[in-house]
Amino acid sequence: MNTVIIPVSRRGFLKGLVSAGAFVLGARVLPLEALAAAQASTAPWEPSVYLALEPDGRVLIIAHRSEMGTGIRTVLPTIVADELDADWDRVEIVQALGDKKYGSQNTDGSCSIRDFYVAMREAGATARLMLERAAAAQWNVPASECRVQLHTVGHQASGRSAEFGALVTAASALPMPAKEELRFKQPSEYRYIGKNVPIIDLEDLCNGRGTFGMDAVVPGMVYATIERPPVLGATLKSHQDAAALKVAGVEQTVVLETTGYPVGMKMLGGVAVIARDTWSAIRGRQALKVEWDLGPHASYDTAAFKKTLIATARQPGRVARSGGDVDAALASATRRHEATYYTPPLSHAPMEPPVAVASVKDGKAEVWAPTQNPQAVQSVVAAALGITETDVICHVTLLGGGFGRKSFPDYCAEAAVLSQKIGKPVKVVWTREDDIRHDFYHGECAMHMQGGLDAQGKPVAWLQRSVFPPIGSIFNVEEQYGGGQLNMGWTDVPFAISNFRAENGPSEAHVRIGWLRAVANVHHAFGVQSFIDELAHLAGRDPIEYWLETLGASRKLDAELKAQGYELRGLSGQPQFVPDTARLRRVVELVRDRSGWATRKTAPGHGWGFAAHRSFFSYIATVVEVRVDDDGTVHIPRVDMAVDCGLIINPDRVIAQFEGAATFGAGVAMVSALSAQGGRIREGNFHNYQVPRIHQAPLRTHVHIVETTEPPAGVGEPGVPPVAPAICNAIFAATGKRVRELPVGKVT
Amino acid sequence: MQLTLTVNGTARTFDGDPAMPLLWYLRDGLALTGAKFGCGTGVCGACTVHIDGSPARACTTPMKSAAGKTVVTIEGLDAAHPVKQAWQEINVPQCGYCQTGQIMSAAALLASTPKPDDEDIDAALRGNICRCGTYQRIRDAVKKAAGVTA
Ligand code: FES
Ligand code: FES
Repeated sequence: MNTVIIPVSRRGFLKGLVSAGAFVLGARVLPLEALAAAQASTAPWEPSVYLALEPDGRVLIIAHRSEMGTGIRTVLPTIVADELDADWDRVEIVQALGDKKYGSQNTDGSCSIRDFYVAMREAGATARLMLERAAAAQWNVPASECRVQLHTVGHQASGRSAEFGALVTAASALPMPAKEELRFKQPSEYRYIGKNVPIIDLEDLCNGRGTFGMDAVVPGMVYATIERPPVLGATLKSHQDAAALKVAGVEQTVVLETTGYPVGMKMLGGVAVIARDTWSAIRGRQALKVEWDLGPHASYDTAAFKKTLIATARQPGRVARSGGDVDAALASATRRHEATYYTPPLSHAPMEPPVAVASVKDGKAEVWAPTQNPQAVQSVVAAALGITETDVICHVTLLGGGFGRKSFPDYCAEAAVLSQKIGKPVKVVWTREDDIRHDFYHGECAMHMQGGLDAQGKPVAWLQRSVFPPIGSIFNVEEQYGGGQLNMGWTDVPFAISNFRAENGPSEAHVRIGWLRAVANVHHAFGVQSFIDELAHLAGRDPIEYWLETLGASRKLDAELKAQGYELRGLSGQPQFVPDTARLRRVVELVRDRSGWATRKTAPGHGWGFAAHRSFFSYIATVVEVRVDDDGTVHIPRVDMAVDCGLIINPDRVIAQFEGAATFGAGVAMVSALSAQGGRIREGNFHNYQVPRIHQAPLRTHVHIVETTEPPAGVGEPGVPPVAPAICNAIFAATGKRVRELPVGKVT
Repeated sequence: MQLTLTVNGTARTFDGDPAMPLLWYLRDGLALTGAKFGCGTGVCGACTVHIDGSPARACTTPMKSAAGKTVVTIEGLDAAHPVKQAWQEINVPQCGYCQTGQIMSAAALLASTPKPDDEDIDAALRGNICRCGTYQRIRDAVKKAAGVTA
């Protein structure tokens, strides 16, 4: 990333957000790809962060990331406010509209802090310096003697001081300082960074005043629910709406064209029932009669599909990384071991189902939605309506959870197309059944592993094959291989095993596949971290000791990965982001020591398990304690997580994300699974698609943070992957039963 | 058929579909959006309100059975209520969507069981799903509001 701070005078699109007299700075963040490409010189990279100082003393920070529970809407602005040394009580945070001018707004990939930290600091430091210079000019003193202190510029020698508001006009007339002139705070000077500033929405959320997408209201709007194709690619054969139209409150029905291939992020189509309130729309839809031509994906049956994936995983696949001679090393190993793992399809199931309000008038669309990706809303809605992206405005509401689902704006396109067709603002409400049956799923995965140990029990050969329907299939129906998902915990396995091969076999996709919190890391960490635990037990060794020995000497992995066919590119190849086994070792040792691993008690039914995984440039090690009742019920009294996610802005929000990840991971391990028959997802609500409840969640998660000045890395996702294998390794320690298939349910 | 009920202290009259769940009346009819829609079938707790002082799922309470009752939603629960205060002191919410329902369930628990233990908390709150996984802090906040040590 490279950042540029610019004064903003053309501010048409900030209209209504800032006053005419405000001093506005923008921070442009140029992605590396843009620098490398020819487009760097031509692309209109507008600021992604805006900082406005108002003459009345308020400081406005335009937050361009979506808030779905990480605290990002609060945390990013604290960075600017800290560097500016603004008074947090006089900072206002304004949610940005979806607009390309902000650069990427896609809030996924755990990248918000990582990508914007530097820009936020530079914006704050620039404004601070300009305020100091403005004061110096007014007082006729050297700028170097003026210092900002909590929303005020002061000059010690003369005892003069002025509030920000009084200096705004003068500051905005000054030339922009060069980057080299900026002075950044020392960590000891931080007022907010590293402190636990509460999220700005806290009080509202506890009093029912937070406005989520589900709460959005536009005057004159009607409500819609949609009967969508029950099988991917099914087409509408016939429908009867007479009974639906008789339901009180129902106004009309509208047929939405079903999507062709590739499905992309487009809406699915179906039959919409329009009504004056949500309940009437739900009732009307129950009275619809719809027949479908189901098409080829009606063959999808998860039980049969699982067998296909497992059979594929037992066959040689496409080699994604290879070092040494695995086949020879396996053949000559003293002991050989193999295992096949399976993880089921999963649904995001954010507590707020997809929902959107749209108003389309005169060729322009306005959308209010809980979205992780407002610019995708612009492009998908524009394509659906046949208008240009710049004619789509996207208001981002609070998100009632996202987990990746709300990166896909199909539900926004539905609302927009309906509004265009009926000439009124429309709110499309997804029921929970709609959500679970029409998700962009986390696909199932089969993994086959083979290991060879030498006479001392040391692993000398490791073969792993992974097979899963890839996300790429939604964009290209022919795609059967994992692509970038292989670099999520598969090609980047950090072990120093001289003969190592990672493969990927082909898989069809029969449903829409999407990103779910931590993506392919979730199943890959389960396979890899379970298998190394199996080898440790086979060798009769302590699992953590064995793990650390297998990790090998402290090193950065770029050279050896490249030599074995996996070259780290882009951000992943930047020196500060290259996988570093020293950082991994540090979190493993930390969790071992803090959890009390060495002195763990071995009461009957109790077991401790370990796993560690790096993803989204963060290093996480986990120890889990389980207690298994006689009837096989698993309790999780304690989880310890050691975390190196680089520099931390708001420790409390980071800890909260890892607590949440422990629960999310416990769901993956213990209860969550989808099944399909006849191409249809059979589960529909939380009674049969289970997610963890309070009595199933870990009772206590201890998060141990490594203090580091490494650049900020991911927080929202990387906690998830090591949790499920650590739980399953603990179940093995407790019961001797090896879990190779998720979810566990009860241990039998 | 016209029916009456009290919502957050205000008398209300309703003459729509008596089968309409209270949740949609609150949200679409009265613009009280603090009770959330999460499942519509009584299995997630996002829509929890108090009816005559007991916790109830608004999504499975038809208007006809709310007739003559006193309904309190998150908006009507005192902002100074110890549960709301504890929730803020412990920074419970992540996305926040489930939290209004959690708070209403917790407030009802403390009204009937002032000093709950872990099992009481599990029993009272296992009907409230938090997909963000804030359960540990929910437990701590309930105990804090109750003045029992975590
Ligand atoms: S919405 Fe009522 S219990 Fe889920
Ligand atoms: S805080 Fe997000 S669902 Fe509970």
